[in-house]
Amino acid sequence: MLNLSRSDWLLLAGFSAVVLCLPVILEPIGAAYPALMQKFCIFGIFAIGFNILFGLTGYLSFGHAAFLGIGSYAAVWSFKLFTMNAIPAIIMAVFFAAAFALIVGYVCLRRSGIYFSILTLAFAQMSYNLVYSVLTPLTNGETGLQLTLNDPRIVDALFYEPAAGLPRVDLFGLFISGGGYAGFYLCAAMLIICFIIALLIFRSPFGMMLRAIKSNQNRMRYTGFNTRPYLLAAFVISGMYAGLAGGLMAATDPLVGAERMQWTASGEVVLMTILGGVGTLVGPVLGAAVIKYFENIFSSFGDATLHDVFGFLPDAVEQPVVSFLVLFVGDGWNLTLGVVFMLIVIFLPGGIMEGLRRIWNLFGRRPGDGKKVLAAHPRPAE
Amino acid sequence: MPIPNIVLHVADVHKSFGGLHALSDVDLQVQEGTTHAIIGPNGAGKSTLLNVCIGRLAPDTGAVVFDGQVITGKLPHEINQMGVVRVFQTPEIFSDLSLLQNVMVPAFAKRDGSFRLNAIRPVSSETGIRDEALHWLDDVGLADQRDAIAASLSRGDKRRLELAMGLVQKPRLLLLDEPTAGMSRHDTNSTIELLKKIKGRGMTKVIIEHDMHVVFSLADRITVLAQGRIIADGPPDEVRGNPKVQEAYLGGVH
Ligand SMILES: Nc1ncnc2c1ncn2[C@@H]1O[C@H](COP(=O)(O)OP(=O)(O)OP(=O)(O)O)[C@@H](O)[C@H]1O
Ligand SMILES: [Mg+2]
Repeated sequence: MLNLSRSDWLLLAGFSAVVLCLPVILEPIGAAYPALMQKFCIFGIFAIGFNILFGLTGYLSFGHAAFLGIGSYAAVWSFKLFTMNAIPAIIMAVFFAAAFALIVGYVCLRRSGIYFSILTLAFAQMSYNLVYSVLTPLTNGETGLQLTLNDPRIVDALFYEPAAGLPRVDLFGLFISGGGYAGFYLCAAMLIICFIIALLIFRSPFGMMLRAIKSNQNRMRYTGFNTRPYLLAAFVISGMYAGLAGGLMAATDPLVGAERMQWTASGEVVLMTILGGVGTLVGPVLGAAVIKYFENIFSSFGDATLHDVFGFLPDAVEQPVVSFLVLFVGDGWNLTLGVVFMLIVIFLPGGIMEGLRRIWNLFGRRPGDGKKVLAAHPRPAE
Repeated sequence: MPIPNIVLHVADVHKSFGGLHALSDVDLQVQEGTTHAIIGPNGAGKSTLLNVCIGRLAPDTGAVVFDGQVITGKLPHEINQMGVVRVFQTPEIFSDLSLLQNVMVPAFAKRDGSFRLNAIRPVSSETGIRDEALHWLDDVGLADQRDAIAASLSRGDKRRLELAMGLVQKPRLLLLDEPTAGMSRHDTNSTIELLKKIKGRGMTKVIIEHDMHVVFSLADRITVLAQGRIIADGPPDEVRGNPKVQEAYLGGVH
């Protein structure tokens, strides 16, 4: 069914194996709990989709969190109105994100470069503000949208007596919300499907046209291409990825607030993609996982932890060291992220994937590490 | 107005940039299947004329008629899809792509039209397109570098690549803007041979060239532009002996 080359099959097999074995692989670094692993998968999906737009066409959107938010709101409404089953919620999330992306893309793609970025940012901030104000009946404003005991859930109501307390999101009997393994495996399966679709796009004539547009859009026009629909298709596809990510966020934790659409969230996916490696298949997923992993660690650090770590130092040294470092942990995690990001952009513009490739070249070719090689050397002629 | 075998008719085109009259009352007819050379000193308006033909510039007055249809006002990709292909004076290629991809992209435009969401079949299984692209890469002598990145080519090689990108679309009208500038003598001669070889086959060529060797090897008819006006138009021998042409080239215009 899938018409892939041998090396792509290996890449896909390697990727799937790593994703499905995350609980084992992450055990040594203490990250093997479902709530964190599903975050890796969800943000991985978000970043893969963002990269289809940014990596292939070079159009940098600063408003992708809007699609994430819309996906979440749509999913929660599906839980409230129809059923706690995750599948309709995910479908609704993707559908509404696609519809919104179609409108936003249609408008924003009239410009390119920095003007495009600013238009997307403006759209996202506008949505963010609307969610707080006019759309409060739909979004529950600042409180955020969540499940209540009086939700109709008309489909579920046909089949079950509502149990006491709030219901949980399920997938044919498995509980998706609440931080169990079923939630993680749903997200992992979705990540693998998303990866396959991205792989197909990267290898397809469509992907080649997007790269050509990035390289020389004017030439594309004189070559007979109407570039607008190509760009719009890429924009909508990446919006759908973001919507799916938002839907999965809601499925694993059915409440959503407007901050999910804020510009910082849009910026985060840009960081993930650049940190991992723009235009590579695996890079954005790595970038997402690395950022979420360190966010998890650093933001839980506080004064006390730092004192523990540096307790071996004499007090006179320990005090200034800790009071300096405390700026970078806890709520200051974003500062760390900013510094790391600057270092990456300056010293390793190709991101983690570029770093891996350099290490690879340093040590020559070793067998048995297929995945990284394949991803790091996208074949020039596809 | 269209006469059956006139494939391109530039009808009374006028174009000025600010106060500069880049084209004045230019009226030009190109017969189907011929090679029509446009020569003239620097700044005469030759490139501007091609820009008007492919929709990059809109003329102030006048119109361009291709194959009986007015193409002024159409979008660049529409004009291309009708069969008008341009090779640019400063090479316009996809610098980040390989040579093979550079030629495959226009081949897809020819086969699939201006838009097709073709995202399932991998490029590697498009053997028809690939073979065609390789064929033309081979004809311009770049087949052995097919996997090189286009940015790494010399200026002359970029031109040859762009020529292959144009030819792979089997255009009805091929507009060449100084196709041999920056090429070695050897590459110039092989380009002449290539252009001679594809003569006929329903393809009409308009070629702008400073190299008179190239012009007189290829042209069936020559139009001379100077300061935006046509000062001579006729078969090569006639134009060669025309005193006005001698003057324009030697008399220090510009
Ligand atoms: N987009 C533009 N804006 C302003 N002036 C222009 C523009 N394009 C061309 N010109 C001017 O119009 C005149 C004709 O330019 P054009 O490029 O057509 O000359 P040419 O005959 O192709 O010359 P060359 O042999 O040097 O390529 C020149 O004086 C040029 O400076
Ligand atoms: Mg010119």
